[in-house]
Amino acid sequence: MVKRLSVVDVDRCVGCQACMFACARQLGHGGLDGACIHVRSAGGIRKGFVVIVCRACPDPPCARVCPTDALRPREERGVRLKADLCIGCGNCVQACPFGAVLWDREQNKPQICVYCGYCASYCPYEVIALEEVEPIRTTEEMPHAAP
Amino acid sequence: MLPHDPLCRVLYVDLARRRSWVEERTDLFAETLGGAGVGIRLLDEECPPGADPLGPENPIILTVGPLVGLFPVASKTVAMFKSPHTGNLGESHAGGRSAVALRMAGYGAAVIRGASPTPIYLVIEEGQVHFRDAAALWGMHSSYTAGSVLRKRESGSGMRSIMRIGRAGERLVSYACVITETYRHFGRLGFGAVWGSKRLKAIVVSGKRSLPVADRRAYRQTYDRIFQAATQSELMKKYHDLGTAMNVEPLNSIGGLPTRNLQSGQFEGAAAISGERLAEDYLGRRVACAHCPVACIHLAALRLPYPNDPYFYKTVMLGYDHEPIYATGSLLGLDDVPGMLQLMDEIEVQGLDVMSAGVALAWATEAQERGIITPQETDGLVLSFGQAQPYIEAVRRIVSQPTDFYRALAQGVEHAASLYGGVEFALAFGGNEMPGYHTGPACHVGYLTAARHSHLDSAGYSLDQQAVQTGADLIPKDVADALLAEERWRQVLTSLVICLFARSVYSPEVVLQALSSTGHNWSEDGLDKLGADILRRKYKFKQREGFSAAELRVPQRILETSAPAGPFDEAFIREAIARYETQVKSHHSGESKR
Repeated sequence: MVKRLSVVDVDRCVGCQACMFACARQLGHGGLDGACIHVRSAGGIRKGFVVIVCRACPDPPCARVCPTDALRPREERGVRLKADLCIGCGNCVQACPFGAVLWDREQNKPQICVYCGYCASYCPYEVIALEEVEPIRTTEEMPHAAP
Repeated sequence: MLPHDPLCRVLYVDLARRRSWVEERTDLFAETLGGAGVGIRLLDEECPPGADPLGPENPIILTVGPLVGLFPVASKTVAMFKSPHTGNLGESHAGGRSAVALRMAGYGAAVIRGASPTPIYLVIEEGQVHFRDAAALWGMHSSYTAGSVLRKRESGSGMRSIMRIGRAGERLVSYACVITETYRHFGRLGFGAVWGSKRLKAIVVSGKRSLPVADRRAYRQTYDRIFQAATQSELMKKYHDLGTAMNVEPLNSIGGLPTRNLQSGQFEGAAAISGERLAEDYLGRRVACAHCPVACIHLAALRLPYPNDPYFYKTVMLGYDHEPIYATGSLLGLDDVPGMLQLMDEIEVQGLDVMSAGVALAWATEAQERGIITPQETDGLVLSFGQAQPYIEAVRRIVSQPTDFYRALAQGVEHAASLYGGVEFALAFGGNEMPGYHTGPACHVGYLTAARHSHLDSAGYSLDQQAVQTGADLIPKDVADALLAEERWRQVLTSLVICLFARSVYSPEVVLQALSSTGHNWSEDGLDKLGADILRRKYKFKQREGFSAAELRVPQRILETSAPAGPFDEAFIREAIARYETQVKSHHSGESKR
C-alpha cells in the first residue's frame, strides 16, 4: 500500500488554512511560501471552499509534459521533483487540471507535495487525510521508466 | 526582530498624488510590537490636531503584528483613524484574511494619506501598489456585488483580502463600516465613512511569503501548544459550535439583554433568536479567519420566497453574531427570525455598522411612540418594535437620506437626539452606540471610559457577571481599577493582533514564548509597561481632540432599567469614571501588574 493526501470532505472545510501554514512550517519557516496545498473560496466565502492537493495520479500529466524529466513519476503513484534538472518552464503547472502544481517564485520551480501528511495533522475538521491506496503499477510497468 | 522579517516595513500611499513608497520603521515595531501600539504612534504622527475626520488630513492606518502568519489566532488588523462618528479616536479591528494578507504582502502597516479626486481602489501586492479606477463601482447598490466584481477582476484567490465599503460609506454615514471577506468588519466608529471621504472604494491585499523564525524547534513547540489550546479548550469549542450567539440565552436569563431600546433587560422572544435555535434552524456554514482553527463565524442560510412569483426562491447566506442579534433582534423587539435576518442583510448590503444602526432604529422607534417624531420625519414610515419591514425601509433611508431626520440619524443617535430630543433614552456612550450587554454598572463604566467605547476594550460585562455569581457588591474604585488593568493588558494583545476570543490561550507566558521563538525579546514587565503606555497615548490623543471624562453623558435609561448586578446610580458611574481617568494617566503602571 502507498499513501497519498486526500480531500475526505471538502464541505467540512472552514477555510482556516491551518494546512497551508503547516506545509510551509515543514520547510522550517513561517508564512505561506512553499506550501503545496491551497485553500481558496469557491467563488466567495458564502459558497464554501476548494481544497487543492496533489492527487498522486497514476499517470501524472505534470510529469508527461516535463521536458527535462525533472518531474518523474514516483514508484507506484504521484511524482517526485529532481530540482537540479528543473528549468522552470512551468509546463507542469499548465498540465495539472486541478491546479495542484504550485509555484515557488523564489526558486522558479514547482512545489511538489511529498505526501508526508503533516498538513492533515493540523486540520481540525477532518477535511483532509493521508490515505492508503493501491499502488497502480510496479516499477517495471511505469510509463516513463528508463528502457 | 529578525533581519529578514518584513514587519517593520510601512507602506505609505498618497491617494491625491497616486504615489506609494515604503519606509523601514524598525524602532516603531521594536518599541510597540504592532497593531494598536504602532497604530496610535502612527496616528499621532499623521493626524494633525483638530483634523476634519472626513478631510484629506485624516489618515487611514492599518497595522498588523509580529505573530501574524506565524501563530494561530493572531488574525486581526487594527485600523486607526479619527472617527467621524465621535470626532475623536477611531480604532476598529477586523479579521477575515486582512491581517495575514497584509503580512504576507510584506508589510507591518499601511498609512493611506490624502483623498483621491475620483473613485479608486487599491491593489497592494508584494512590492507593488496599483491604483485602479472605481468609478463604475461607486454607487453600486450592494456591498456584496462590489466584492464579487473585485474577486473576479483581481488575482490572488486564497491569498488575499478584499476590504470594501458599501453605499453607506460613500454617502458618509458616520457609522458606515468597512467589510472584509464578506462576513467580517471594521465595524465601529465610521471607518467606512473615512474611506468614502477619500473616494476609496476598496483595498485588495495579497501575498504569499515566508517569515523567519529564531529557533525552529521552540517555534514548532510553541505553535503546537497554542494550536492545541485553540482547538481543544471548552471555550474555543463553544465559539466553534454556537459562536458568540451562545451569549443570547444566558444573558437574557439573568436580565442583561437590552430589549426594546433597553426598556427591559429581558426579551420574551429570546429563545427564538438564541444561538441554539439559529444553529438548529438556519446555520448553513461555519467559516474561519485566516490562520484561525476556531471558525467562530456562523452563516445563516435564509431561504426567501419572491412574494409574487410562485416557486421562485433565493437563498441568502449571512453572518450572525451576538451583537447583530442584539442590535436587530432584542433591541428592536424582533423575534421574527427571517425578518431579523433580512434586516441584518440589508444593513450589510448598505455597509452600516449593525450595532449603531440597531440602536439608532430603537431610539427612533421610541421617539415615534412618544410623538417626538412623526411620520413626516420618517418619510411615512411607522416604526414599531417587533415589525421588521419598516426597519428594513428605514435602513435604506438612513443611507439615501431623503429627509432632514434621516440625515440626522445618519450621524448617530447622540446627534439625532440632540436635535429632536429624547436624549434620556438615546443609548450612546461617548457618542458611540451601546453594545449588547446591560449587566450592571461595570459594563457601562467600561463603555464610557474605554478608549474605543467598546465592550471589548475592558469587558465590564464580565465584572458584572462575576458579581452576580458571587453576590458581591461592586465598588466604583474596584470597578475602575479592574477595568483599567484589563484594558491595559488588552493593549498588548491587540498590539500582537491576537483575537480577543483567544485571550485565555495567549497568557503572558505563552505570548513571551511565541515572541522569543520568532526573534522578539520582551519581558512580562516590559509588556505590562507597554500596555499602560499605549493606553496613556490613546488618552492623550483623545484629550487633545476634546475628550473629557467629566463631560461624558450618562444615558438615564441605563439607570432606570434594572440590571442583573443590581441597581446603581449616576454617582456610582461618575465616581468610577473619575477614578479611571486619574489612574489611566498615572505613569506608575504597578497597579496594572497581572
